[in-house]
Amino acid sequence: MSTFTYAYYPGCSAMGTSAEYEASTRALCSRLGITLMEIPDWNCCGSTPAHATDHTLAGALVARNLMLAEQMPDVRGIITPCPSCLKNLKTTQHRLQRPAYRAGIEALLDYPVQSTLPVKSVLQVIAEDFGPQRVQEHVTRPLTGMKVAPYYGCLMSRPPDVMAFDDHENPVALDGLLAALGATVVPYAMKVDCCGASLALTRRDIVTSLSCRLLDAAAEAGAHAMATACPMCQMNLDMRQQQINRDNGTQFHMPVFYYTQLVGLATGYTAAEMGLDKLCVSPAGALACITPAAGPDTAPAQPREAGA
Amino acid sequence: MRDDRTIRRCDAAFTQSVQQQSEQNMALCYQCGNCTAGCPVARASSTPVTQVMRLVQAGQREAALGADSIWLCASCETCTTRCPNDIDVARVMDVLRHMARRENHVAEKNIRDFWDAFLESVEKHGRVYEVGLMAAYVRKTGRFWTDADLAPAALGKGKLPLRPHPVTDKEAIRQIFRRYRERSA
Repeated sequence: MSTFTYAYYPGCSAMGTSAEYEASTRALCSRLGITLMEIPDWNCCGSTPAHATDHTLAGALVARNLMLAEQMPDVRGIITPCPSCLKNLKTTQHRLQRPAYRAGIEALLDYPVQSTLPVKSVLQVIAEDFGPQRVQEHVTRPLTGMKVAPYYGCLMSRPPDVMAFDDHENPVALDGLLAALGATVVPYAMKVDCCGASLALTRRDIVTSLSCRLLDAAAEAGAHAMATACPMCQMNLDMRQQQINRDNGTQFHMPVFYYTQLVGLATGYTAAEMGLDKLCVSPAGALACITPAAGPDTAPAQPREAGA
Repeated sequence: MRDDRTIRRCDAAFTQSVQQQSEQNMALCYQCGNCTAGCPVARASSTPVTQVMRLVQAGQREAALGADSIWLCASCETCTTRCPNDIDVARVMDVLRHMARRENHVAEKNIRDFWDAFLESVEKHGRVYEVGLMAAYVRKTGRFWTDADLAPAALGKGKLPLRPHPVTDKEAIRQIFRRYRERSA
């Protein structure tokens, strides 16, 4: 078993809306030698609807997963690709330190709860335990020429005392990673501004207005594409881009990758393996900006090994 | 002037209750407005978050619980992150919607209905099943055309599985919800 064996919490979006994030995350981890052991029979963390309804209910839904992970042998910690799941896992673990809160959770679960495993995002593990240089060693097809706006979303580093990762106003983990792939990282001011999140179904006007500002900032900075780590942000910016254009009278055509897809492409996985066909806004234009210069085997995609 | 904004007698018990449930000291808020300045939904709400904080301090129960912003809050944590006095403002917003929900005093009913539909899906399958969630939301609100324009792309790209991916131990999840309801009854 590898030193980097983690209990893996995919989150519900991995089962459908962000299937390409899931596939590319697994591929990337496999490339770096990170072993993902899926938490057996994990359940939904409850997301915003749970914590907006009741903190004990939300905590109990999360704690069941924390406890399932505690029972797994030889794992370094719990990791998840989804920032929203991450915030719920970490917030619950944080609050469990207080006996009164823990008692409420245990009453709903009907068993004692103790959570000791560190909880991190996949991005945090890659940024801190590996770092851009170690990722760069795997790059066979650099993304030279592609200008990318890294979009972190609100929750990856917020609130800072709970999330304990990167800078909460100007995070740089994704910047470093994308630069290591050979991409040009464009500076812009909206790295951590909210896309509107789950208001998409109920108050679409708010989401298309907030997400429009993000696309606008990225386009203004000259980005060919955005790269994000959040399934909710990706869906709002990509799947809803036509709605955004319709509601705001804009004409954006901004591909929105999961950062894992870009790492995958640069380290030799094929477009199909990275699920690029699942993106609603075609990434063809952005990919065409990659200059087939110095790097070995530039195009077309040649996987170094079959499958993930 | 809207009815629910009319100044009423200070309900100190309400302020106390919010403090207790959120574990935050409301007196620390000196109305700097930083939370509203960074709030993504401030433009869309008639009672922005700074005002909600003041209403709680002043014991204005009706106005605070009736504020649209407590439902519009996207839980982005910007207010909590930027509060100069380290008040977990997002947690106060959470607590206010818990209270408003218990009293059925809901300014944005569609949002409440969406959250209910989401949790019903979790209770039933252990994980969210989007197609079922959408159907339940439409049933609750009658908003039949919600995102109908997205359906072809979402289905075509295999992003909306037509079957749920449930947990094996469904009973474990249902018990959590059952005990939660028993305790809140």
